[in-house]
Amino acid sequence: MSEDLTTFSAQQLAAKIKNKDVTASEVTQAHFDRIEKLDKKIESFLYLDKAAALEQAKRVDKKVAKNETLSPLAGVPLALKDVMTQRGVPTTCGSKILENWRPPYDSTVVKRLKENDVIILGKVNMDEFAMGSSTENSAYQKTKNPWDLSRIPGGSSGGSSAAVASFFAPLAIGTDTGGSIRQPAAVCGIVGTKPTYGTVSRYGLIAFASSLDQAGPITRSVMDAALLNEVIAGYDPLDSTSINQSTASLVAAANTKDLKGMKIGVIKELGGEGWQEGVVANFNQSIETLKQLGAEVVEISLPHSLYALAVYYLIAPSEASSNLARFDGMRYGLRVGDNGEKDVEAVMNLTRAQGFGPEVKRRIILGTYALSTGYYDAYYGQAQKVRGLIAEDFKAAFEKVDVLVSPTSPTTAWKLGERVDNPLAMYLADLATLPPSLAGVPAISVPIGLAKEDQMPVGLQIIAPAMQDHKNYQVASAIEAAQGGLLIDQIKDLASLV
Amino acid sequence: MKILEAMEKFDPIIGLETHVELSTNSKMFCGCSTEFGAEPNTQVCPTCLGLPGSLPVPNKTAIESTFRIGLALNCQITEFSRFSRKNYFYPDMPKDFQTSQYDEPFCVNGYLDVLVPTDEGDKTFRVEIERVHLEEDTGKLTHSGGVTGRIHGADYSLVDYNRAGIALVEIVTKPVLGTGKYAGIVARAYVTELRDLLRSLAVSDVRMEEGSLRCDVNLSLHPKGASEWGKRTETKNVNSLRSVEKAVNSEIERQADVLTEGGKVTQETRHFHEDSGTSSSGRSKEEAEDYRYFPEPDLVPVIATSAWVNELKTDLPQAPSVERKRLAQEWGFSDEEMRDVVSMGATDLIAQTVAAGATAQAARKWWLGELARKATEAEKDLSSLGIEPKHISELEQLVVEGKLTDKLARQVLDGLINKEGTPSEIVQKRNLVVMSDDSSLLPAIRAAIEANPEVVAKVKTGKLQALGPILGAVMKETQGKADAGKVRSLVLKELAVEG
Ligand SMILES: [Zn+2]
Repeated sequence: MSEDLTTFSAQQLAAKIKNKDVTASEVTQAHFDRIEKLDKKIESFLYLDKAAALEQAKRVDKKVAKNETLSPLAGVPLALKDVMTQRGVPTTCGSKILENWRPPYDSTVVKRLKENDVIILGKVNMDEFAMGSSTENSAYQKTKNPWDLSRIPGGSSGGSSAAVASFFAPLAIGTDTGGSIRQPAAVCGIVGTKPTYGTVSRYGLIAFASSLDQAGPITRSVMDAALLNEVIAGYDPLDSTSINQSTASLVAAANTKDLKGMKIGVIKELGGEGWQEGVVANFNQSIETLKQLGAEVVEISLPHSLYALAVYYLIAPSEASSNLARFDGMRYGLRVGDNGEKDVEAVMNLTRAQGFGPEVKRRIILGTYALSTGYYDAYYGQAQKVRGLIAEDFKAAFEKVDVLVSPTSPTTAWKLGERVDNPLAMYLADLATLPPSLAGVPAISVPIGLAKEDQMPVGLQIIAPAMQDHKNYQVASAIEAAQGGLLIDQIKDLASLV
Repeated sequence: MKILEAMEKFDPIIGLETHVELSTNSKMFCGCSTEFGAEPNTQVCPTCLGLPGSLPVPNKTAIESTFRIGLALNCQITEFSRFSRKNYFYPDMPKDFQTSQYDEPFCVNGYLDVLVPTDEGDKTFRVEIERVHLEEDTGKLTHSGGVTGRIHGADYSLVDYNRAGIALVEIVTKPVLGTGKYAGIVARAYVTELRDLLRSLAVSDVRMEEGSLRCDVNLSLHPKGASEWGKRTETKNVNSLRSVEKAVNSEIERQADVLTEGGKVTQETRHFHEDSGTSSSGRSKEEAEDYRYFPEPDLVPVIATSAWVNELKTDLPQAPSVERKRLAQEWGFSDEEMRDVVSMGATDLIAQTVAAGATAQAARKWWLGELARKATEAEKDLSSLGIEPKHISELEQLVVEGKLTDKLARQVLDGLINKEGTPSEIVQKRNLVVMSDDSSLLPAIRAAIEANPEVVAKVKTGKLQALGPILGAVMKETQGKADAGKVRSLVLKELAVEG
């Protein structure tokens, strides 16, 4: 085995395993070897589930030996964001309040991964309770961007994006509430999808904002994202908001690579003035590419998207303030101050004071305020109304075009520590990803080049109508193909970096 | 101040919030069993324990039961309704919020008519229903140590989440005006009527003693003729029919005292104490929580289509009042007798006793006579005595067959209350066999005759009604086991007097 198994795509690895060129055990071991050698510098993994992963790989190898029918991703390794419950495996949500908590049940996403013989290598880092855009809000470690170790990997799924961009795994699961899959994928030069809200079960996804949270794939290629998306999506009776209706084939769409007759709208409000030069330049270049691929490109206005940031920072914290109430030290996780003298309220207060980090507290306070009697109508109620208007904007736009596009994020990856004391600057990273989240529509980020000024990756966001996720894959794979190779292959050899 | 005196100065306004645990097989938002009495924390899962990542899935039967309750209470069924989260921290709530309903409940604007005896004869009071909504129950806390029996001051507290997530329906009345001195009776009649209605719908066990039916009483007083209503208190933990009446009356008396002395009623939550029949102050409005209600994002709205509602309407049982008329006719009870049966909450007990073989009159005699007296003594509702109707039927049968005297039968009732077994078993254990053979009765009879020469003299002159002391002495000597008729004929025979 001369070639490095960590350099292949998920699709390639699955084929090699199926064809008995390599075993799932060898593939899994190769990825663990690389993680053990290099993750000291990246700090993407919080927990490696080595024994269980190798055991699972062995089972796949037995199936291969018996020529059993294999799932399209059988034997391929995956990094799981630490927000997903996995039976018996520590699940922290990047928070001290859940340190050492081992869930007694599998999330539906994990159940589907296991059923499809995807090898879960372990849990990766994230902003505490998925709140943040740099993964610096993790209570455990600071994950680095493999393109430049002094920069952030994006967030909140920064562990997932850094692990995939570092070739620690070809696949990762991220979750996206306001951009937490798309922005880290963009700043790490890889692909990230937020599927239509309701297509991937939230059962076992530890909630940040229930009406927005959605799990999705983070991969190096569009095809790998389509393959993983198909594995994790599907109706789940355990999630009442799950949609009992299937989308068109994503894998088939990712194979189309043709945009003839497609109408694409450029969102007027997202881009231009104030956005990083290299981001805008790459975005404009990608518009030209779309035209060359046969698409008709028009400008579309989503007037209410300007209010998305304000709306999001009322709705998401409001839901979070309620979702995070259960972390009170009574049943699981951290418990502080229980010395036999303090009453129940004191123990709850001490536990939450010590267990939550500053960003989580900031949002709990914000949400608690927005839901309070006398403020509800002015804040939460009003935000819900504007959210409805944002969704209406998208609906109107999709009567004119097939998909919408914008840069994924206003800037490339910034330096570690640069925005930790400036939450508003941090929140601006999600400016373009928030509107589709609020509208519940699917969006994908695909790499389109490096910014001239910092040589850091830039992503293109493609947005489709609800339940038409395949259109995103079609456009993304066409753009990817037109570039003649994956952007991530331009990353300097990570081994030489460390 | 006594209630009648208070009612000369003030008018009461009452309101009732009733919580009913539905008897669905599984909990409101998960598949866990709802069976009562299981080992603590054995009927739980990630969802009802509120584990991180878990999600609720609504129980359709519970939603339909709520609609049926609403329909039976003459409510409108809301076409578009939602669950909401009620946020507050307490260790009996696994998620630190309760999934409930707020401004979009399932059913609104209904009423329930109750019949109450007044000085001017029976009168119907219409109790208007504000809303009927569905929510989940909390876990059950047990506090150990401390004097108050509450969480503060306890050495430690235990929590059982078996109850957490059981479907709970809350029925809230509008303020009930114009009840005057009958406030307590109206309140009790309403809860009794509601209980019978829920039972006829077969949606709940409605066992107040097991907590499947719980009641909070709202009450305010205002000076007679005043247009502005007084400050209201909410008395919680009212867990029997008689307590409902007591809670209303004792709160009327308390508030009347406060107001008469020039004080102000504090808007607060009060806790009712079953043993003393009084309440103590709880949380005041200033300390009251802001529950920060908002629509539950983990659940989708419930759309009550007219087809769905109409289908539920078709299999509603008859209203209890109609059913009662039918029963009164079948049992041959007068209106007055039936009203007493209803107000004692004995309709179902009598029906079950009759079903077990007793005559209706006998069943009524036992339940409204001796058993009602025992319930009053024990300050309990009839249904809380723990006596099974089939045992009353069996007891009556023993009396009819002459195997028990009335006096012995009362001892059997004591045995039933003490859970000593079936009536036949109790007769055995307590040796309550009727003495009717000559040889066992004669010694006591002769001794009684010996001891009462004046009585003997009177009887011999033909004054048979003077026999009492001799009969009494015999009964006393035989501990009430003697067959009274037999004793009488034997005494007369001994004295050679014609009976
Ligand atoms: Zn459960």
